[in-house]
Amino acid sequence: MKYLNLILAVLFLSFPAFAQDLSDKEVEARAYEVGSALRCVVCQNQSIDESDADLAKDMRKLVRFRIRQGDSNTEVIAYMQSRYGDFVLLKPPVQANTYVLWFAPMGLMLVFLGWYVVRTRRTTTQLEPEPLSDKEMAQFKKISKTEKAEKENGT
Amino acid sequence: MTWKGLIPLLLFSVMGIFLAIGLTKDPSKLPSQLINEPFPEFSLPDLFDPDVQIDQTYLKGQVTLVNVFGSWCVACDLEHPTLRKLEATGEITMLGINWRDTTEKGRRWLERGGNPYDRVVFDADSILAISLGVTGAPESFLVDKNGQIRYKYVGPISDKIWRDEIKPVALILEQEVEVSQ
Repeated sequence: MKYLNLILAVLFLSFPAFAQDLSDKEVEARAYEVGSALRCVVCQNQSIDESDADLAKDMRKLVRFRIRQGDSNTEVIAYMQSRYGDFVLLKPPVQANTYVLWFAPMGLMLVFLGWYVVRTRRTTTQLEPEPLSDKEMAQFKKISKTEKAEKENGT
Repeated sequence: MTWKGLIPLLLFSVMGIFLAIGLTKDPSKLPSQLINEPFPEFSLPDLFDPDVQIDQTYLKGQVTLVNVFGSWCVACDLEHPTLRKLEATGEITMLGINWRDTTEKGRRWLERGGNPYDRVVFDADSILAISLGVTGAPESFLVDKNGQIRYKYVGPISDKIWRDEIKPVALILEQEVEVSQ
């Protein structure tokens, strides 16, 4: 009697797998894709695929189970997110509270680049010679005149 | 010129302040996604009677302390005396979740230390634990009369923590009226 229940349970549980018609290979490939996007919540910085933690093992099992049940990859990930929060996602989503995380490095780079450009421009303008004053101009004309005269004289 | 020289120091101070705030946070403590959400649906065997399934309807009608434990969990030994005291006063219904265990070890653990729970769910494969967002044991939830999760406590419950942090919430939930559906 006990065994009959067990057999029935096994048959019953295996029907969704038949209905979905997913090969083990497909399930594995998709489970790997999902698993590498999910953080092992007890080891801080490994995906559940990389981790040896018991909880990560059970999470991998659950990912495969849900894929066989017909969930899409995004649905599986969304389920985990609804349980463990954004923390479970290895790649943080782009949203209001992560704008700083995503855009601050690029923003800072642009700010410093802008600052650099402004500074170098200003320095270049300063390096250009200042226009001659009236007195200097008179001196210059005098010199160039004498040089010209000397050339004409052939000396 | 003088104030420009202070810019690096200023930047460093700002960074230092943020890093200091970061140090005070415990990275293993995560906010629960499930506060004010209905307790996840489940159907799992009773630890002491594997032919009987327990599901979320058990939680309706009274305030329940749901406690995740395992015979392998050292911190669970720590909180066990407190749970036994709660059993003695009978002040709250307690549902145990025996997590990642074998029936034999789970039962033996409860026989040795005494069983404070009204019912014990057997969750060997983390099915309920994951749907509760559990990351470690012990973890406890207060579930209101309508089967909604209202409070989560991570770590062992001491007498003091029960008295100062959990009991006040339980008393408030006790005042609430069950919404009949």
